[in-house]
Amino acid sequence: MRRRKTVFVDADILVVGGGMAGCGATYESRYWGRDLKIVCVEKANIERSGAVAQGLYAINCYMGMQWDENQPEDHVRYARNDLMGLVREDLGYDIARHVDATVHKFEEWGLPIMKDPETGRYQREGKWQIMIHGESYKPIVAEAARKAASDVYNRIMVTHLLMDRGGKRVGGAVGFNVRTGDFYVFRAKAVVVAAGGASHIFKPRAVGEGMGRTWYAPWSSASAYALPIEVGAKMTQMENRIVLTRFKDGYGPVGAYFLHLKTYTQNAYGQDYEAFWRDSIEAMVGDYVNHHPVPTCLRNHALLEEVKAGRGPIRMVTKEAFQDPHKETVGWENFLGMTIGQAVVWASQNIDPKEINPELTTSEPYVMGSHATCSGAWASGPEDYAPSEYQWGYNRMMTVDGLFGAGDTIGGTAHKFSSGSFTEGRIAGKAAVKYVNDMGTDGPEVSEAEYEDLKQIVYKPMEHYEVYRNEIVAGTVSPHYILPLHGLQRLEKIMDEYVGGISAHYTTNEPLLTRGIELLTMLKEDLAYLGAEDLHQLQRAWELQHRLLASEAVTQHTLFRQETRWPGYYYRGDYPKLDDEDWHCFTLSRYDRESGKWDMEKAPVYHIVD
Amino acid sequence: MPTFVYMTSCDGCGYCVDICPSDIMHIDTTYRRAYNIEPNMCWECYSCVKACPMHAIDCRGYADFAPLGHSVRVLREEEKATISWKIRFRDGREKNFVSPIRTTPWGSIKPPSDYEVPTADAMSSQELAHEPEALHIDALPALAPERLKQVLV
Repeated sequence: MRRRKTVFVDADILVVGGGMAGCGATYESRYWGRDLKIVCVEKANIERSGAVAQGLYAINCYMGMQWDENQPEDHVRYARNDLMGLVREDLGYDIARHVDATVHKFEEWGLPIMKDPETGRYQREGKWQIMIHGESYKPIVAEAARKAASDVYNRIMVTHLLMDRGGKRVGGAVGFNVRTGDFYVFRAKAVVVAAGGASHIFKPRAVGEGMGRTWYAPWSSASAYALPIEVGAKMTQMENRIVLTRFKDGYGPVGAYFLHLKTYTQNAYGQDYEAFWRDSIEAMVGDYVNHHPVPTCLRNHALLEEVKAGRGPIRMVTKEAFQDPHKETVGWENFLGMTIGQAVVWASQNIDPKEINPELTTSEPYVMGSHATCSGAWASGPEDYAPSEYQWGYNRMMTVDGLFGAGDTIGGTAHKFSSGSFTEGRIAGKAAVKYVNDMGTDGPEVSEAEYEDLKQIVYKPMEHYEVYRNEIVAGTVSPHYILPLHGLQRLEKIMDEYVGGISAHYTTNEPLLTRGIELLTMLKEDLAYLGAEDLHQLQRAWELQHRLLASEAVTQHTLFRQETRWPGYYYRGDYPKLDDEDWHCFTLSRYDRESGKWDMEKAPVYHIVD
Repeated sequence: MPTFVYMTSCDGCGYCVDICPSDIMHIDTTYRRAYNIEPNMCWECYSCVKACPMHAIDCRGYADFAPLGHSVRVLREEEKATISWKIRFRDGREKNFVSPIRTTPWGSIKPPSDYEVPTADAMSSQELAHEPEALHIDALPALAPERLKQVLV
């Protein structure tokens, strides 16, 4: 076996992931912890990493309290309604009350925010959204984080968290440098997990060269979930995957089209179809369909039913709006600012929305904690008002001491988006400083045996490849290993067919889920035989391990919740209706890495605003 | 639309390798120039295209759904603080767009440690950095715990 150098980094606070949430945590922990050593570690380069790498054209979470446009309570009601009643209202309120300050700092730092020429206020796209020229959103935020961090380590893939010797609190993390191959041991008093959610756990619609054109970034590899799951942190709402209605093939966003450009959808025959399905939706979910705005999942549901009824494709009616040159510019710049691939699809297929109403489709499912969905870790709430059952320590601390989270990592808080993720990072960063200050000299100690064992495990795919590669003449087929792409495609197929992906019309049931778990278990065993030709493939191997663990959680949670809470996201064929009597609650899981078993329980939903 | 690199323009500087969020721009060891090693993990985010000083990188729409003959070109100019786009359709039509990217000089953000050291009271409050001033309202909103209402599980 090739000798790999081990590099030790000691820090007070370790931030894992340098996207929006990680940059927020890094910035804020420096503000409150002037003398602390704050380290941010990122598998890519924080200048362009995370979901905002290619830019954004809107900030989707801004209250506008200075103009009395919205209050935090209003945002809680909105998120609760959109998620069919189930959100952590304490956490959501907390983000909403701070988020305006975050956005004002972004503007001060140089982010171009569009202004309403008449009022001088930020240009609203919708009730919660403001429009920005956000091509450099991430580089600007990264500049603030770089100036706050003691050190930023780019190109290090964090594979595992480390625990303190006693096993009761976190002690750091390990990973490897994707360029040099060095092994990194980070020893820290507090860890903030601010990694990405999960694309590529369900089979995407594009499966050839275009499989990278997933709606969420292909580098969002579920580390947000796998890292805490592995050390026994409780997770919540992992069944609450999201399906997006988007422009076909490019998955270009529709928010600005609906809200600002006032375009609308119709079926292939020019009919409005949403009203047609209203009564049947009410029979499934009751009064939730009568709320305004209609929950995202239910609008998906109407589209899916219309397509199944044979009246597809569904189109966005753009021809009228695009006659206005300003609206046409907004329509295109919206893509160029955040989903360039959609502009390419339209250019390649000669789709000019001034002349053709473009097709819409529903995406494959994703697992995340920051959009119109709220999977993630179960976290302690704000000290000043969170109910006692939601509060066991510091704000945004998970059920493992010293382990904090933000952004996609934290569950129960839908609709935080970019600004809310940065804000949640700030909340977690300040709390982590408090935790470290209160700890005094009684810091965690990690055992050499633990990180040495992990070092063996981390590089195993490369060793394995080296041993068995010469058994075969050439090519990718070996009886002794599978490559990361093989494993990824098997995972996607299992999840697609058994856990409610596109080919199953997002539908599953207990027998399918049970079989899915059996197949996932075999895949998990096979991942001990992953082969990696080089360090790039080693990164893919660990991304796959993270995706698999998150997929297990999704499957276990989906099996546990015996109802169809979010039709349009997924369906339990054996429990086709929403059931508020038994399931107006959060689902919680805890994974035991020794036994591989998942413990499931329910947790209460507190409604803190009317 | 996965990226590709023009042989005659690339000088092997590695800026694309350094910036790619997906770690798929690598240097070919024979030609000493960059190429996309894994097109099916490309998000077409254009980070490499924008970063390339030689304008050597372009995109060709994904083979599984994008017909040939199109192009989406970009020029990101930090000194002018603009980004310019040229879209060419398969049938030859063109559209051009220019947007601002930043309103302040690069490198001008004030580090958090340059602000006055926060007080112990601020540390124990619910306020985050720069609050309440940065909120542009008088005080941080809060909820009273007695408003909590539990719904049965």
